[in-house]
Order: sequence, then C-alpha cells, then structure tokens
Amino acid sequence: MTQTDTQIMQGDPHIRVNDVTLAYGNYVVMKDISFSIRRGEIFVVMGGSGCGKSTLMKIMLGLMPPVKGDVFYNGVNFWESSQNRRNKILENVGILYQKGALWSSMTLAENVALPLEEHTNLSTAQIREIVSFKLSLVGLTGFEEFYPSELSGGMIKRAALGRAMALDPDILFFDEPSAGLDPVSARVLDDLILELRESLQTTVVVISHDLESIFAIADNSIFLDLETRTMTATGNPRALLSKSRDTNVCSFLTRGKPCS
Amino acid sequence: MSIPEIIQQPPGTISFSTPAKNTLLIELSGFWEIGGKSPSAKEVQDRIDADSTISRIIFDSGRLLSWDSTLLTFLIRIIDICSTSGISVERDGLPRGVQRLLTLACDNLDKKQVQLNVPAESFLARIGEGTLKIIISSAEMLDFIGEACSALFRLFMAKARFRGSDLALIIWECGVQALPIVSLISALVGIIVAFVGVVQLRIFGAEIYIANVVAIAMAREMGALMTAIIMMGRTGAAYAAQLGTMEVNEEIDAFKTLGISPMEFLVIPRIVALVLMMPLLCVYSDIVGILGGAVISIGMFDLPVNQYYDQTLNALSITHLSIGIIKSAVFAVLIAISGCFYGMHCGRSASAVGDAATSSVVTGIVLIVLADGIFAVITNAFRI
Repeated sequence: MTQTDTQIMQGDPHIRVNDVTLAYGNYVVMKDISFSIRRGEIFVVMGGSGCGKSTLMKIMLGLMPPVKGDVFYNGVNFWESSQNRRNKILENVGILYQKGALWSSMTLAENVALPLEEHTNLSTAQIREIVSFKLSLVGLTGFEEFYPSELSGGMIKRAALGRAMALDPDILFFDEPSAGLDPVSARVLDDLILELRESLQTTVVVISHDLESIFAIADNSIFLDLETRTMTATGNPRALLSKSRDTNVCSFLTRGKPCS
Repeated sequence: MSIPEIIQQPPGTISFSTPAKNTLLIELSGFWEIGGKSPSAKEVQDRIDADSTISRIIFDSGRLLSWDSTLLTFLIRIIDICSTSGISVERDGLPRGVQRLLTLACDNLDKKQVQLNVPAESFLARIGEGTLKIIISSAEMLDFIGEACSALFRLFMAKARFRGSDLALIIWECGVQALPIVSLISALVGIIVAFVGVVQLRIFGAEIYIANVVAIAMAREMGALMTAIIMMGRTGAAYAAQLGTMEVNEEIDAFKTLGISPMEFLVIPRIVALVLMMPLLCVYSDIVGILGGAVISIGMFDLPVNQYYDQTLNALSITHLSIGIIKSAVFAVLIAISGCFYGMHCGRSASAVGDAATSSVVTGIVLIVLADGIFAVITNAFRI
C-alpha cells in the first residue's frame, strides 16, 4: 500500500492548503491562507477582482511557488515533492482556464487527445473513442475537427472542460468558469459541474466572483478579503450570507447591500 | 444673417462679482464644450491672488447653456487651487449633474493621491534596480539555455516528446516559405558586392577577380549573415509572437499543468527546424548571391561567362563553404533561443507580445553579429 493510500484511509482531506502567503516580489497579495477541501466537494474560492484568487490557484497547481506555506494533495506535500512527483500528482488534476486555453494550432480532437497520448499507452483508435466520448459529454459531438478559433466562447469553455477531463482526473479546477459567458451558457456550465460531481464524485475547486454561480454550485467556500489581505470567512456561501458578521463578506455576497 | 453666424455657439465665459464680504461669485455662461473656447482657471487664480480677503467661492450657472468635461476640468482645477489657498468652494450653484460628477471625480482623485504618495525612487535606486533586472534577465536566459540543452539531450536519447507533424509544419514555415525573401535579399547582396567590387577592381584591370570576391564573400560571410538577419526578423520574431500569444492565452500553463514540457513540445521543434533549415538556406543564399553577382559582372561589365565560371570555382573551397554553413547552424540556435526565450517569458497583455517580438529581434541580431565577430577572430587565429 502506498503512502498516499494509507493517508486517504486515515481520512486526510483531498486537498489541504496550509498557511500559504502569496506575493509578487515584495508585494504581498494574501497571507495566512489555510483551508481543507473534502473529496467530492464543490469548493469555491471567492473574493473581489485582484484579491489573489487566480494566484492562489497557480500556487495550488504548481505554476508559481508560495512565499510561505504548503499545499497537500492526499496528504502529500506538493511543493516539497520532486518535479516528477508533482507532474504525477497533476495527472490527477484537470484545469479549466479562464479563457479556455485550448491549444490554438490543434483541432478539438487533438486538444483532448494530447494528454492521453502523453500519459497513456492507449492505441490511436482507443484514444479516438475516448476523445469522442469526452466531447459528447460536453455537448460537442461533431466538432472534433474544428479549431478553437472557429468556436464561440461557451463552446471553447466546454471543449476545454472536455480536455480537462481527458485523463479522468479526481480533481477539477475551474478558473472563473462563467467569465465572458452569457447567462444561459454560464448556467449550462454550472449544471455540467454539478453533474460531474454527482456522477464521478470529482472534487471541484472553483475560482469565482459570480454570485449566481457560487450560490448554485458551492458546498463550501472561502472568502479572500482584498482589504485585510487574508482569508476572512469559510463555510457554505448561503450560511455565510445569513450568519457572517464580516462587513466585507456580507457586502460581497449581497452585491454591496448593507448587512442585515 | 449668414448660416455660419446662426449656428455659431457663444463661447464659455466667466464673470466675477463679490455679493458679500470675503465671497467671490463666479458666474458661468455660454457653451462649455470640447473644441469650443472657454476661459482658463488661471483667470480665477489671478482674481484670488489679487484679493487676499476671499475665503469662499460660490457659483451661478443660470446663464450656462451647455457643458461637458471642459467645465468639469475647469472646476476641478479651481477646487485644487482653492484647497491649497484654504478657500472653501460651494458647489450649490452648479448644475446637479456637474455636482454629482465632481463628487465622484474628487473621491477618486483622493484615492489616486494615496497611491501617488509613495516616495519617488532616487536616481541611484533606479540604476540599481535596472542593473538587478539585467542580472535577473541574464540568469533567466542562462536557465532557459540550460533547460534547452537538457531537452536537446533528451531528444538525442530519444526521450523528448513532441509531435512530428508540428516539426514538419515548422520546417515548412521556416524553410520553404522563407525561400522568396532569401532569394530576393541574397540576389541583391550579390549584385551590390559585384557592383562595388568591379568598379574598384577595374582601376587595376583586374575585373575578372570580382568572381573571387563575390564567391568568397557570399560563402564565408554574406550568405550566412544575411540569411540569419532575415530569419531573425521573420522567423525569430514569429516564434516570440507565437509563444507570447500562447503565454497570454494560458496555453503554456495548460502544457505545464498537464505534465507536458513546453520546452520539449514547443521550443525543441523550433530549434531543430531552424538548425536543419538554416544551413540549407545559407547554401541556397550563396548560390543565388553568386548568380546575382554573375548577372551584373557578365551583363553590365562584359566579363566572359566561361572565365567568370572558372574563377568562381577556383575561388570557392570546401573551407569557405563549411565556415558559412557552420556559422549558419550557430546563428540558427541563437535565433531560436532568442525568439523562444522572449516568447516564453512574455507578459500577460497584447502589448507584451509586441515587446517580446521586438526584444527577441534586437537581442537576436546583436547575438548574431557578436557571434560573427567571434567567428572572424577564431578563423583568423587559425588562419582558416
């Protein structure tokens, strides 16, 4: 039994962020952030624009080292692991970037197929089948040979989700999933997130400031406060709305209305 | 009355009065619009300076016909002047819209002031910061070269992973598609060398040696150098822009988080393609340049074709050709490294992509000329 398996059995959270400080040079964006994400939970990191939500995601995904603190996946310290180990951990993580980040020189099928080609020994025919299946899950059957530039914003996000799910990850990250989408497309994406969690028990981490989406999908959340530069609330967003006494949390969750 | 007189709008004006002791009333009238004539805040400043008893300013906008940002900037300037002189400004007499916008603008100006209060850096601090940036940038470049070497090693060990179709496409783009511009520039360089040379050699009656001059110049220097400069401007800049755009669109982050090395997947095919294509383009450039020189020498200066041909063959040696080809391979690495480095270290905005392309071309050309100089010293030292 591997160390990871043992720790899962001991009930460690799926992801744990411990006392992390985010900074660009000498400018501290956020400090002392600690939270845990349970397996199969939809966890939302919320906060105003520029509060460091995306930077926190970068740190959790190995794109930027933290100034201080640790990130644990299944109890394994991510930033203290070797690059190979980190890559191995990330094979279990799918990411939907804010703008989709589909590789523009490849077709949708090639975009979804590349992670499979790189990380599995599947035959071309098997990969083609999986690609079709993943694209059908996100409602893009028949668009295999389209390039990202030929698709609408909503379709790009869905295709990117198809790519993020290519390796059947245990964890899915969404960076501002509803950004740039019309309300209907945003709702479709929210439903898709809920559906994935229900059917695959995937742990979902969403970076968002879209209240409608937050209230629709979140099980648990943290609030990053731009003013105090730290995490000021944690819990279900609806519970926070009714119980939180923090002015900034209330103001954020009520779109600036005074707290009751 | 002529039509222009009918549509002409009365300009914005101000007049002063003192309805009460210590109070200055500014009456605003006419059209205060962008493009029209309106008074300067300096008139108000002069009026305040002339009467030191003024401690309050009020407005009357009853005769104000129209206003836009012109009036607002005028009023903000007055508020600014009054705040430094300790004079209170009452906005009640202004139109309601102006009052609201002034409140909004003044609030934001106060916030801006907070940010501006950060002490300015001294000249020495800026020099220090600039030097540190150069050191950091050089360290990043060395780090990038190290990573590229490691990825190339993996390529030789058949462990590097990239798509063959990508490599083929890049070879097509930096090889075949570059032929027209390389042809044009090389032919022109050959023509220019021949033209300048033959005029000088004619003085000594040695016109036929122009064949040697053109052949050696193209094979040793001009073929490799001109191809490199063309490819830096064309392909190197394209690499920086392509990778820079991928950085802006988070496509490179997507590679990293999927455990795919962008160095192996994006940079190595570009280095390999250029290293394969540049020597070929250099040989092609040599041939076209020599032909260009021949056209001028034979066509304009009536040198015999057979003699020109023989002289060219005598002048050209494997050594000359090899030096050009080796140089072009080295230049290829410099072009690819320069283009890819700036692309991969591009910022996250559209202007950053332009900056990356510009920096890559400038750095690339400097490196190419520097490397050419080093080659000249080495070949001279070894008498090659």
